[in-house]
Amino acid sequence: MAEQKNVQFRVFRYKQGDQAPHYDTFNVPINERTTVLEALQAIRRDQDSTLILRHSCHHASCGTCGMRVNGREVLACVTNVMELDTPVVTVEPLENAPLVADLVVDMGPFYDTFTQAHMPLIRQSEFLPESEVAEGVPYHMRFENCIECGLCVSACPVVSTDPEYLGPAALAAAWRVVEEPRGEDPEQVFAWVDTEHGCWRCHVAMECSEVCPSNVNPGHNIMALRHQLTKRKLSALFG
Amino acid sequence: MANYHVVIVGGGATGSALAHDLTLRGVRVTLVERGEVTSGTTGRHHGLLHSGARYAVKDQESAKECIEENMILRHIAPGSFELNDGLFVAITEEDLAYYDDFMEGCAVCGIPTRTLTREEALRLEPNLNPEVKLAVQVPDGTMDAMRLPLRFLATAKHNGAVIKPFTEVLSFLMEGKTVTGVHVRDHVTGKEYDIGADIVVNAAGPWSEKIARMAGVDVPVQPSPGVLVAVWGRLNNMVINRLHRSGDGDIIVPQRGLSVIGTSSWVVDDPDKLDVPEEHIQLMYEKGAEMIPLVKHSKMRAAWSAARPLIGSRGATTGRELSRTFKCFDHADEGVEGFVTITGGKATTARGMAETTADVVVKKLGLDAPCRTREVVLLPHTAYYV
Repeated sequence: MAEQKNVQFRVFRYKQGDQAPHYDTFNVPINERTTVLEALQAIRRDQDSTLILRHSCHHASCGTCGMRVNGREVLACVTNVMELDTPVVTVEPLENAPLVADLVVDMGPFYDTFTQAHMPLIRQSEFLPESEVAEGVPYHMRFENCIECGLCVSACPVVSTDPEYLGPAALAAAWRVVEEPRGEDPEQVFAWVDTEHGCWRCHVAMECSEVCPSNVNPGHNIMALRHQLTKRKLSALFG
Repeated sequence: MANYHVVIVGGGATGSALAHDLTLRGVRVTLVERGEVTSGTTGRHHGLLHSGARYAVKDQESAKECIEENMILRHIAPGSFELNDGLFVAITEEDLAYYDDFMEGCAVCGIPTRTLTREEALRLEPNLNPEVKLAVQVPDGTMDAMRLPLRFLATAKHNGAVIKPFTEVLSFLMEGKTVTGVHVRDHVTGKEYDIGADIVVNAAGPWSEKIARMAGVDVPVQPSPGVLVAVWGRLNNMVINRLHRSGDGDIIVPQRGLSVIGTSSWVVDDPDKLDVPEEHIQLMYEKGAEMIPLVKHSKMRAAWSAARPLIGSRGATTGRELSRTFKCFDHADEGVEGFVTITGGKATTARGMAETTADVVVKKLGLDAPCRTREVVLLPHTAYYV
């Protein structure tokens, strides 16, 4: 932990009522382990207590600290500042979500769509398949990969041009319900995604899978929905 | 019923559960939180739904609270937990010597146990250290540290509570020695304003001492951080605990696609200044590997610190000697009316902490309104946003 240095942060600022957003610059001392989230907390603590951002778990499990760092969607809590290796680190809020203030966006519209997939939080765990299940435990279970961070929605080039597009997070969740229904109805999911603003609207830019921090691979899931729908349509035609 | 207004300071697990409890009892609630909800200690904890077994020998009051709340949470928050149970594993002869005290403590506290042979334990968790002597199965589980409290907030909000994140308390409104509200800054607009209250509840966790000072009272809270390390992959499906007196790096909580090793314990004065000491990260790797050797070769996803709000004894040095139970202070006892602090405790016991606090609050208001949070099933976490 020898190396220490100062890095310049250029941070997007906006408060409701402002004419327009602007950027503030802060110098922050960092070491080899400092994350963008820790640097922003240090700014808030030592330089400007009015800076707001969303954060909670600090280990890429809650999905609240999604933002754009040097133009790329990331979780601030697992983004190492030194590894960015740029003289200035630019931090901005996510795209394709209404701006609240500073680095905070309103996740309401994201959840309006996402919840329509009806994906339960708990799935079967595929880890350690050779292990026995303990007495009294029905099956090995775990939380879903998707942490609802919105990085994929921010990065998707289609979402910004088609506000009705269901978007990569909701479509990925829909595929999970098809793959593992857990009491939900896959037929409703198929009907929901099989529209011009559903899985057929994707341009296969695959930005969503590029930025996903949690191994969801939304682009793959959207292709899987298309594949299943095509198969079903063909078998309906030809029996 | 008179329309009393209570302001809660702090949007962590405790404040969230209290907003839910008081709203169900017919009290008008406004919750203010300096940052995003759950951005303090709550979101950063281990994610362990405690069976209480960890405290069954040394801190039986906490242990009993944990097992009772564990069972209530399963009922009111279905679908929010990885319910794979937990194992306490004896690796050394010294661990084995702790077994009798452990079993007796669990029995006294009402924590169900099942003792497994080495072979049985290895069939359940093949990555365990093959040196394992025996294991004890207990009803531990994994919670999502943010999404469980969001269910309390979502339900409170849909029942009429006003939740105000990014709203920082700058000072207290006082009439003589009576608290009458808070003066806040809304960081979304940059504007300052007053919120009047019949009672203000301080639920600021490790920041509660700082908040209490604004009303001229002292609460003996000792911020006690711990380091946690998340590694890629699930090395275990059950929660793995070391069968010994609580120490460093002796719990591995599997969660989502990660395994979280924790924790260490020291004390600080300022909960906003938490380091992640390199030697603590290494300690988590070393101690974790004593239970699951694969830890040693697992790639780190994140390392972070979270500050527990332990109830003092200012002379504490490591925090381990302090109880994990909670305490509700009615500051009328110190001559300040209209002001209550709830602190200490754990995420697992947040609902119980809220019940105790709401009992104090409604009594102060002269209301006869029983607690309903043991039965009311919570809305899903997504309802907080929708």
